[in-house]
Amino acid sequence: MKSILRLNRRTYNDQKALMGFFYVLPWLLGFIFFFLIPLLSSLRYSLSSVQANSDGLIIHFSGLQNYVEALTVNTEFNRSLADAILNMVINVPLIVIFSLFLAVLLNQKFIGRSLARSIFFLPVILASGVILSLESTSLIQAVNDQNAGAGAIQGLGTFELEGMMLDAGLSEWVVDYLSSAVGRIYDIVSQSGVQILIFLAGIQTISPQLYEASKMEGATGYEAFWKITFPMVSPLILVNAIYTIIDSFSNNAMTDLIRETGFTQFNFGLSSAMAWLYFAAVALILAVSSYLISRKVFYYD
Amino acid sequence: MGALHANRLLSLERWKKWIWSFVRLTLIAGLAFVILYPVLQKISTAFKDKSDLYSPIVVWLPEHYTLDNFIKAISIMDYWQALLNTFTLSALTTLLTAISCALAGYGFARLKFKGSQLLFAGVILTILVPPITILIPVYLNLKDFSLMGLIPLLTGKSVNLLNTYWPFILTSATANSLKAGLYIFIFRQFFRGIPKEVEEAAYIDGAGVGKTFYRIMLPNAIPSIVTVLLFSFVWQWNDSFFTTTYLTSSKVMATQLGSLPYNLAILLEDGVSSKADPFYLSMVQDTGILLAILPLIIIYLFVQRYFVESIERTGIVG
Repeated sequence: MKSILRLNRRTYNDQKALMGFFYVLPWLLGFIFFFLIPLLSSLRYSLSSVQANSDGLIIHFSGLQNYVEALTVNTEFNRSLADAILNMVINVPLIVIFSLFLAVLLNQKFIGRSLARSIFFLPVILASGVILSLESTSLIQAVNDQNAGAGAIQGLGTFELEGMMLDAGLSEWVVDYLSSAVGRIYDIVSQSGVQILIFLAGIQTISPQLYEASKMEGATGYEAFWKITFPMVSPLILVNAIYTIIDSFSNNAMTDLIRETGFTQFNFGLSSAMAWLYFAAVALILAVSSYLISRKVFYYD
Repeated sequence: MGALHANRLLSLERWKKWIWSFVRLTLIAGLAFVILYPVLQKISTAFKDKSDLYSPIVVWLPEHYTLDNFIKAISIMDYWQALLNTFTLSALTTLLTAISCALAGYGFARLKFKGSQLLFAGVILTILVPPITILIPVYLNLKDFSLMGLIPLLTGKSVNLLNTYWPFILTSATANSLKAGLYIFIFRQFFRGIPKEVEEAAYIDGAGVGKTFYRIMLPNAIPSIVTVLLFSFVWQWNDSFFTTTYLTSSKVMATQLGSLPYNLAILLEDGVSSKADPFYLSMVQDTGILLAILPLIIIYLFVQRYFVESIERTGIVG
């Protein structure tokens, strides 16, 4: 092999390029067979009426009929899509802000820090897939909450806080947003494990000299956060926002509906059309949010 | 006068520090409780007797301790078998995913060829497209798996790969399993961070591309390998999205857990599932969930240090 290569006078760079292709080849095969072709056939299904029988699939081109059906006839689709998007728009900023805040907290020195860290990363393990979906149906939780009277106390607390914030002159929707965040604190905490990790890693790469210099100049911790920490980790805000959006794919009402349409009603065409509409919505959100965030991002180098 | 002033300032500073420590402690303790609450709840529920469920005085500590829930959940889920199957499946896909993603990541980072930028855009695309979009075609493809007409040529008909581990083996060996795009991205970022001089030194010493990769680059990439192994194992273990699609009747954790309440109801009421007490079903289900995540929690106790440090060292942020 080597002598052949030498005969052809391949340079090291040529050799590297050739080997590069072989290294990427397994992925490329998978990409073609398990991603690209399915993606295209999904697009084709969404534009056709698909019937499955013992001989296989019978596919007739039917234009945009499936899309029209999803948007106008199907009773659940619009609601689920709006739900999924609304959830995304509400949760993503909350999760990003919350995880940045926690990363800053967990970066400070205090007793029991490593214990606190390991507890906060526990959701990475626990809150995914089947456990989360079963969690929401647990009746025991409901009973215990009632027994402990926790529901009433919590409700009261939020209520009073709301009144206080309204008195302080915050606009109504900000207050609503914040108080709904308190209500969904478990959702938010359990979805921000990886994001906290990423922010924490980012904070630790900031050079300590910057903080030292700012302290010499008399900056408070608050100022140091907004003038140093925040700009330095701002590229990661984009990363985390995108990660949070992607992370919500695997379980939400939309995914369930698409699955049900496909696998229990065997309406492959409609299901694919729904999936593509969902994809389009997500792509739009991704594009808008990366545009908005990347305008504000500060790159150090 | 000046000393007094400085002294007062100092004590003010100290007060601020104390108050901040207190606020921080409260916040962290409170949020830690929010995270641990469901787990504690499940542990408490799992040991409760059926009669404790309706007792108004029992909140956390059961009045009658019992292992009955565990025994029921274990027998209905066929727990040990499911545990073994899930472990095998997760370990297998984790290993294959790590290998194929490391190769692809290295290829994209260091062995540039014509069009590799374009292909990397493909990796990003696999991350961004919701897996539900391609689920149906992939499912149909696996149901009549023909490998471009090759298998029917040899055996006469296509094979059904559902309810076998083949879908997982094939997708993970080709770096297209659950969240594989993310792992390729992690590896690429990491390999890009290793100085070029290391590679050049290896080349001058006579190592080819392959040898450089196995002997020099991989040992250096241990942090990113650990990250990918950990995440891919945990996510595969918990995955219900692909598992319940590809393995409808195999005994793995996700499917067993999903059908636990139904099976239990059938067992209790001799086949009439609607009559069973929903609270009791929920109780045994909670025990089942606890059993399913218990191995992960035990593993986490040992490797949590790596978990916390892993992303910091992979250079995904640098």
